[in-house]
Amino acid sequence: MKKIGKQTILFDNPPTILECASIVGPKEAEGPLCKYFDQTLEDEFWGEKSWEKAESKIIKETVNLVISKSGISNQEIDICFAGDLLNQCISSNFGLRDTNVPFFGVFGACSTFVESMSLSAICSESFANYSLCATSSHFCSAEKQFRFPLELGNQRPQSAQWTVTGSGSAIISKTGQGPYITAITPGKIVDMGIKDANNMGAAMAPAFADTLVTHFLDTGRTPNYYDAIISGDLGYVGKDIVIDIMASQGYNIKSNYNDCGILIFDKNKQDTHSGGSGCGCAATVFSGYLYKQLQEKKIKRLLLIATGALMNSTSSHQGESIPGIAHAISIEI
Amino acid sequence: MNPVESKQEYQKYVEEKSPNSPIFKNCFNAFWVGGLICTIGQIILNICKERSFDTATSGTIVSILLIGISAFLTGLNLFNKIGKFAGAGSLIPITGFANSIVSPAMEYKSEGYVMGVGGKMFTVAGPVLVFGISASILVGIIYLIFSTQSITLV
Repeated sequence: MKKIGKQTILFDNPPTILECASIVGPKEAEGPLCKYFDQTLEDEFWGEKSWEKAESKIIKETVNLVISKSGISNQEIDICFAGDLLNQCISSNFGLRDTNVPFFGVFGACSTFVESMSLSAICSESFANYSLCATSSHFCSAEKQFRFPLELGNQRPQSAQWTVTGSGSAIISKTGQGPYITAITPGKIVDMGIKDANNMGAAMAPAFADTLVTHFLDTGRTPNYYDAIISGDLGYVGKDIVIDIMASQGYNIKSNYNDCGILIFDKNKQDTHSGGSGCGCAATVFSGYLYKQLQEKKIKRLLLIATGALMNSTSSHQGESIPGIAHAISIEI
Repeated sequence: MNPVESKQEYQKYVEEKSPNSPIFKNCFNAFWVGGLICTIGQIILNICKERSFDTATSGTIVSILLIGISAFLTGLNLFNKIGKFAGAGSLIPITGFANSIVSPAMEYKSEGYVMGVGGKMFTVAGPVLVFGISASILVGIIYLIFSTQSITLV
């Protein structure tokens, strides 16, 4: 493992993404990626009394699923990184309390999944044979915490995004046959003064561009090196902005760039406005769709950059701007 | 042009780039749904008057019925759909006020009846109540001052 350039880490023995699992809610199941997910739910409660409990159950079952799919046992997992959007990360804390694996709770808003994978990859270079990453989000619990009650008859702005109900989980192994995590570029916090909590894409786009440009400069790679450059959840608004910013920096990413928030929903049929968001967005799209594309060698070099808006409801009521973050992970077969 | 040249530049750029709400469609829907709700209120008022209630009592009956219907529709998960379609059309009449109290009561039921339903019921309607009541007290005081000097406003 060595640092190259300003902030990129290259792995000497690239760890393998051994297995992935994903469980999503009913709205995601109606979306274009439905067939790629391991399990889809019929309702948002999944037999629980509250949305928070349901979210914990989703992440718990996703972790159980990935462990059983990978064929290793709980005891073999050396470390776990998990996080979610709810205050103090209760979904992952409560969901994984019976898993019996060493646990680090992490928070990077919607960038948490890639943050977890990056940390897992770093651990794989030292002590960890197997490490577990999991994140979740739930539309109803997120709306309750960040916005208004669900039954309130209000209108969502066009730039607003729809929090994905679901969880994605991955097991990173020290050895294996790939797909390999070859490099990571942890992002810097970038705040361009956007205050509108209904326009997260615009708040996070500069952080994404910053990380992407830094990754290219550090590694000497160009956009053409990758078959796909996928952002976490910038949505339609953020995607447009990012293409403009990258063009102004001399990079053309139009042909191979897309966004998880755009992939997961059908904008016209599902009325999700700017697209999906939440810790579960990048997690489920990667664990479900992108991982299978890598396995089937339809994508050979993937740059996944999950973005997060680092705010809470207090900061937005107090009129603070929204700092953004983006972490990049380069996955190759 | 580099959109991330400065914060001001970027905010201006985002402003232009972000999609606007379909304002004419929204206004039209708000207009006819709001009008429809008021018409229903008027019909109830007329029926009450026919049944020889006085105007004040009839008004109260209208409020009670509209609040009741709106709270019921909120419980059936229908009012949010009307609200999404009509916006201010269903929000501004008394129906919106009922919805803004019932919806947090439902949402926070999972946190218990005291701290959940009781404590969070007015999270949305609270500001309306505080400033509405404050304004009415202020107007009342002004009215009192003027009326004691025997200048009647009404």
